[in-house]
Amino acid sequence: MELEKFSYDNEIVRKFTIATVVWGVVGMLVGLLIATQLFAPALNFNIPFLTFGRIRPLHTNAVIFAFVGNAIFMGVYYSLQRLCKARMFNDMLSNIHFWGWQLIIVAAAITLPLGLTTSKEYAELEWPIDIMIALVWIAFGINMFGTIIKRREKHMYVAIWFYIATWVTVTVLHVVNSIEVPVSFLKSYPIYAGVQDALVQWWYGHNAVAFFLTTPYLGLMYYYLPKAANRPVYSYKLSIVHFWSLVFLYIWAGPHHLLYSALPDWAQSLGTVFSIMLIAPSWGGMINGLLTLRGAWDRVRENPILKFMVVAVTAYGMATFEGPMLSLKNVNAIAHFTDWIIAHVHVGALGWNGFLTFGILYWLVPKLWKTNLYSKKLANFHFWIGFLGIVFYALSMWFSGVTQSLMWKQFTPLGVLQYPNFLETVLQIVPMYIIRMIGGTLYFVGVIVMVYNLVKTAKQGSFSKEEAAEAPALEKFKDPLKRGVIHRFLEGKPAIFISLTLVVVLIASVFEFVPMFLIKSNIPTIASVKPYTPLELQGRDIYIREACNSCHSQLVRPFRSETERYGEYSKAGEYVYDHPFLWGSKRTGPDLHRIGGKYPNLWHYLHMENPSSMSPGSLMPSYPWLLSNDLNTSTTESKINAMRSIGVPYSEGYEKIANDDLQAQAEKIAMDLQNAGAPAEPNKEIIALIAYLQRLGTDIKANPVTTGQAGK
Amino acid sequence: MFKEVLQSIEDVEFYTIVSMVIFILFFVGMTIWLFKVDKKYIKTMSELPLEEDNNEFSNLTGGTK
Repeated sequence: MELEKFSYDNEIVRKFTIATVVWGVVGMLVGLLIATQLFAPALNFNIPFLTFGRIRPLHTNAVIFAFVGNAIFMGVYYSLQRLCKARMFNDMLSNIHFWGWQLIIVAAAITLPLGLTTSKEYAELEWPIDIMIALVWIAFGINMFGTIIKRREKHMYVAIWFYIATWVTVTVLHVVNSIEVPVSFLKSYPIYAGVQDALVQWWYGHNAVAFFLTTPYLGLMYYYLPKAANRPVYSYKLSIVHFWSLVFLYIWAGPHHLLYSALPDWAQSLGTVFSIMLIAPSWGGMINGLLTLRGAWDRVRENPILKFMVVAVTAYGMATFEGPMLSLKNVNAIAHFTDWIIAHVHVGALGWNGFLTFGILYWLVPKLWKTNLYSKKLANFHFWIGFLGIVFYALSMWFSGVTQSLMWKQFTPLGVLQYPNFLETVLQIVPMYIIRMIGGTLYFVGVIVMVYNLVKTAKQGSFSKEEAAEAPALEKFKDPLKRGVIHRFLEGKPAIFISLTLVVVLIASVFEFVPMFLIKSNIPTIASVKPYTPLELQGRDIYIREACNSCHSQLVRPFRSETERYGEYSKAGEYVYDHPFLWGSKRTGPDLHRIGGKYPNLWHYLHMENPSSMSPGSLMPSYPWLLSNDLNTSTTESKINAMRSIGVPYSEGYEKIANDDLQAQAEKIAMDLQNAGAPAEPNKEIIALIAYLQRLGTDIKANPVTTGQAGK
Repeated sequence: MFKEVLQSIEDVEFYTIVSMVIFILFFVGMTIWLFKVDKKYIKTMSELPLEEDNNEFSNLTGGTK
């Protein structure tokens, strides 16, 4: 048979490799900064761009989309070419993909500290960047499917299925969760509101974990683990089951992020059931990975690459066991809103994603530069210090989460809260925050050592952009194996394979969304809930800009410990005008849903200027710029218009007079502050924020009598 | 907006049942296929990533430091 000569594109792999390492360092460094800020809030230096709320999304985006994202592309571009025995479909597309992705990351690194955010976790980027992401993702898709179509290997190895599922699902997730109405060039509102927005967001958020941090990495595991161990995967059959059941089940589990929320019960239970079912395929995958090393465990002792991979796969198993446990309602009641969740995601991020990436880097860099690894000793050092870092990190956060949660829920024998002051429960866990920072530092030191080791390796080797290869052309109709027709048919037909994956994902999503959007009784309306006033709306956007929801929830769960502390539990009907919803996912500070009317305006004014003046010892950063910044009222009209277009009942023409109402309300609040002795001016941002905070959660308290009085 | 679109589809519940049936049938089909599949095929597939490489670095037998 005649052999075709071609070459693999190593240059694009090299580019993504460098990007992975660089962004990894940046993302983790920002992580270290925010971890330190949590016990030393002065480290925001009173600069808005360095304040926790704004740079926490910078950390998550940098780690997920810059570090892990580039690592996925690095791994895919190397393995896909070899598994398909073909060069990437189009070099230009490869480069558009690479530079486009880096441009998106830079855009994120600029806009997020500026406070330009949608507030939706892991989807914070504003609409123009969303469009860029879509375009670059499509370029990647065309390049990948083009390569698959012109491949010289008849069969598609299981890793490629995981890559395909990743591409298809991320496309769907990104599009659905990014449907928003632009207000201006860098501001938008999602078309969904309140409970529905929450459901869509966590359908997205959960599956971003599933299809960005998990399925592509499983694809990488199925390629690089056998490569590093030099033996085939333990059970290829198991990998087929693993793939289809993951794709089938994962998409359903999103509502487990919303247990005990205002989401209807049936949707919550659905999330729990599917989360528990997910243990099976996840552990199937883990076992498949670990058993690949059966009979070769002696090599794990000597080979740091295998060490990294073994810990990565084990961390995958632990995180995917912990996840379903956390989605049991009784466990979730304790864990939700606490540091336990932070521990959980970091076992996944540091252990699974981080360690698998490091293992692949140590394997790939010597390959690309045709040399041996510069230092095995340093790689071993990286392994141990990184491992220790994870242990410190996870243990301290588990401990912190459980401690704080139990303190929140503790009653005295007389039936009152034992720790009524939220701050007490925060100060209790400060030592854990310090230990977490130490853990993060250890992990980071390991990464720096790796960078040195890889740079040295590259320097001593020689890189060539092209790697010559040869393979026979694919013969279309020859099939020496007579059985297993169905699945082979699928593998021979990438287009059908893609459609099937898409159908699977869509079925689950439709199942979840249709009843939510159709059945009215899921969100009982509350007559006294009214749209925000223009000033409150502006204040709400400041709340979003500063990402207050990074640390404060707006969701009182129906537990006695919470209704005692915060007030009446939250109802679905209270959020119908919340575009976007701001429930938050973590209570570093107390819940704010019933904050309205709890404190006088002056309290908020002084508290934002310097939180510890009102709550001595508070770990909240200061927001002095809110007191001096002028409120931009030129956006009011377009905001009212945008809100009306997505169903908020502002009357026609109201946008023209909205600023008059805004002015009147601002003056009232400023007057109140001045009477109390604060030098407040009505045109400052703080006034709008106070207006919003004082409105929060008060609608259901309004009864006909008080409405009547207000009308007089 | 979503609501109107969805309500305009006739018998929308019917589709959810059909999708559930497809879901189950696919799984059953896959399981049956896995039991019947040719061992040689499985072996070929699982060895795909291990086929000849042009360079043999990265086995870490080196490691100069």
